[in-house]
Amino acid sequence: MSDVAALELRDVHVTYRTREGPVPAVRGVDLSVFAGEVVGVAGESGCGKSTIVSTILRLFPASATVTGEVLLDGENVLTMRWGRMRAVRWGVASVVFQGALHSLNPIQRIGTQLVEPIFLHDKLATDNSAATKVRTLLEQVGLPARHADAYPHQLSGGQKQRVMIALALACDPQVLICDEPTTALDVMVQAQILELLIGIARERSMAMLLISHDLSVLGTSCDRVAVMYAGRIIEHGPARAVFDWPEHPYTRALSSAFPTIGDAASRYAPSGLPGDPPFPGDLPSGCPFHPRCPSALPVCPTVDVKLLPAGPGRTAACVLVDQSVPTR
Amino acid sequence: MAVAAAVRAADSDPEPQRPARGGQQGGLGRFIGYRLVAGLGTLVFVLLFNFFLFRMLPGDPAARYRAVKSISPADLAKIRDELTAPLPQQFVAYLKDPLALDGISSWKGQPVWDLVQGRAWPTLVLLGATTIVAVVIGVWIGIKAGWNRGSRFDKVSTAVTLLFYATPEFWLGLLLILLFSTGIGFFPGIFPSGGVIDSGIDPLSFEGITSIADHTVLPAVALAAVYLAEYSLIMRASMVDELGQDYLMTARAKGMMDHMVRRRHAVPNASLPTITLIFLNIGFIIGGAITVETVFSYPGLGLLTFEAVSEQDYVLMQALFLVFTMSVIVFNIIADIVIAVIDPRIRT
Ligand SMILES: Nc1ncnc2c1ncn2[C@@H]1O[C@H](COP(=O)(O)OP(=O)(O)O)[C@@H](O)[C@H]1O
Ligand code: SF4
Ligand SMILES: [Mg+2]
Repeated sequence: MSDVAALELRDVHVTYRTREGPVPAVRGVDLSVFAGEVVGVAGESGCGKSTIVSTILRLFPASATVTGEVLLDGENVLTMRWGRMRAVRWGVASVVFQGALHSLNPIQRIGTQLVEPIFLHDKLATDNSAATKVRTLLEQVGLPARHADAYPHQLSGGQKQRVMIALALACDPQVLICDEPTTALDVMVQAQILELLIGIARERSMAMLLISHDLSVLGTSCDRVAVMYAGRIIEHGPARAVFDWPEHPYTRALSSAFPTIGDAASRYAPSGLPGDPPFPGDLPSGCPFHPRCPSALPVCPTVDVKLLPAGPGRTAACVLVDQSVPTR
Repeated sequence: MAVAAAVRAADSDPEPQRPARGGQQGGLGRFIGYRLVAGLGTLVFVLLFNFFLFRMLPGDPAARYRAVKSISPADLAKIRDELTAPLPQQFVAYLKDPLALDGISSWKGQPVWDLVQGRAWPTLVLLGATTIVAVVIGVWIGIKAGWNRGSRFDKVSTAVTLLFYATPEFWLGLLLILLFSTGIGFFPGIFPSGGVIDSGIDPLSFEGITSIADHTVLPAVALAAVYLAEYSLIMRASMVDELGQDYLMTARAKGMMDHMVRRRHAVPNASLPTITLIFLNIGFIIGGAITVETVFSYPGLGLLTFEAVSEQDYVLMQALFLVFTMSVIVFNIIADIVIAVIDPRIRT
C-alpha cells in the first residue's frame, strides 16, 4: 500500500442546476481508496452514490457544478486538461455502470466493443494483439472466447455483466468503480458477479469502489464501507464492524434490512424505517435523518452533525456519538 | 454469505445460454429468404387486386380506342370481345398477361410499356437528384441538431425544416417557377420550365446532360425540400433519443472524443428509422411525384399517370399501377434487408 491513495475525494460537492432550483446531490464527501483495497459505499436510492461516480471520470452532465478535489493517484481530475482526461478515462480508472444491461451498444459485436478501448489507449496495439487480449479478457470473466462474435441481445443478463467487467479491465486500470453492478440481475447471478469482481480486484491489487444499496453485501465483501445519507457520508469504518455494530441509527436500519427473496422492492427499503429518503433539493434542518430517526432527540433538528470518531478507525455523524452535545 | 460460495464459471448462470454464433450470417440469409417470399406473396395479391380494380372502374374503355386513328377496326373488335367476355374467361386472359405486356394505350395507340419506358428515365433522374440532396443535407442537419439539442443551430434548423415540411409541394413548385423560371423583380428566370431536355439534343451528350440538369433543378428542389425536412426531423428525433442511452456513457467513459462517440455509437443506432423511411419514400416517389411532375410538366411517370387518368387510358393505368406497387414492394424489401444488415436484433 503506497501512501498516495489510488482514488481520493476531498470535500466533493455536486449541485445540479434544475428548473426547480439547485439540487445539492453531494454535500462534502471525503473518501479514499488505496491500491489493493475494496471500499464499499452504501445508501438508499437518491443519496448521491452515482453522482459521486460521475465525478471520478468527470462524466457528470453540464448542469452539474462540482467543487472539491477528485484525485486519481494524486492527480486532480476536475482540473485536468481535456486530452489528459480522455487518457485517464478507462486507462487509469474504469466503471461498471449501474444500468449495465444497457451499457453495451446493441448493434455492435461484443468483440468490437471490447477492442475499442484497447486501440484507443494503446497506440501500439495490432489487430492480433487486440484479438488475443479480447480472448483473455473474456476467459478471465468466465466467458467462452467465441462470445466475442455475439451481439448483446444474444447474452443473458449475467453474461452481459461479465462482458461489462471484461470491458472495464480492457486497459488494465488501477481503479475499478462498480456502481450497483448486480442490481439488475437475479439473486443467484448477483452473488457470482460480485465474487468475480472482488476476486479480480484482489488478484490484481486494484483499488475498487463498490457501490450498493445493500449494506449486507458490502459488509461481507469489502475492507471498509462508507454509508451515505442525503449527499453525505454519515458513517465510515471497517466493513465488518460497521455492519455488525452500527453506530449511526441509519446504518442500524440498513444493516437490519434483509432482503426478502423474490420481493425486489424490499431490497430498496430498509426495514423499520418510516418514510422516504429526503429530496436533496429540500432537506430537513439539522441532522437530515431526524424525521425518520427512531432515536431522534429534541436537539436533532437544530444541530449540524459532523463525522466524529466513533471507535477504532471509525467515524459517524450523529449526536449520539458526539460527547460534546448534551443528549439529555 | 452462503450464496457467495456459488461457482464462478459462467456456465452456472441460470439464465438460458443462447448460442453466440449460430444464426448470424445464417440468420440474415434466412431473413432475406423469408422477406422475398413474403414480398412475392404481396405481389400476387396486388396482381389479383388489379384485375378486379380495373373492372370496377366506370366508363367504356373500348370507346377510348375509337379516338385513336392508328387502331384497326379488327383490333377494336378484338378489344371489345375481350371486355365483354364472361369474368372467369377474362380472368384467364388476364393471368396470361397480368403485366399488360401486350397492352395498347387507348390514348396514344402505342404499346403501354413503350410509353412507360420513355417516361421512366426522367423520373429516375428526378428521384436520384432529390434523394441524394434530401438524404445528405437532411441527415446532416438532423444529426447536428439532435446531438446539440437546444443549440441555436437546432432551434433555427428545426423551425426551417418544420416550415418546409408543412409547405405543399405544388405551392412551392409554383413559387419556384415564378421566381426562377418566369423571373420576377430581382429574380432571374434562369431555369427552363416544362420538359426534361431541350428537343433535338442527344441526352447522353454533354449538352444533353446540362440541359437535363437545367430542367431537373427546380422540380428536384421542390421535391427535395419536403423530404429533406422529413429526414432531418426524424433523424433529429432519433439522435435526441440516443443522447440518454447508457452505451453512449460507456463510450465516453472509454475516453473517446465526442465526435467519435457520435459517429461510432449514436449515428448508427439513430439512423435505423431514417433508413427505413428513405427506402420507403424512394418506393413512393417513383409513383408519387405526380404533383411536382405535373406542376413542372416534367415528363416522368407521375405526369404520365396524370395523363393516363385524364385520358381514361385504362391499360396504361394498369401498367403504371403495377410499376408503382412493385416499386413500393421492392423498396420495402430492400429497407427491411438493409435494416437487418445493420441491426442484429431484427434477424434473430
Ligand atoms: N442530471 C441530474 N439532474 C438533476 N438532478 C439529478 C441528476 N442526476 C441525479 N440527480 C439527483 O441527485 C440525487 C442523487 O442521485 P444519484 O447520484 O443518482 O443517487 P443514487 O445513485 O445514490 O441513487 C437524486 O435526488 C437525483 O434526483
Ligand atoms: S443526529 Fe439525531 S436524528 Fe440524526 S441520526 Fe443521530 S439521533 Fe438520529
Ligand atoms: Mg445510482
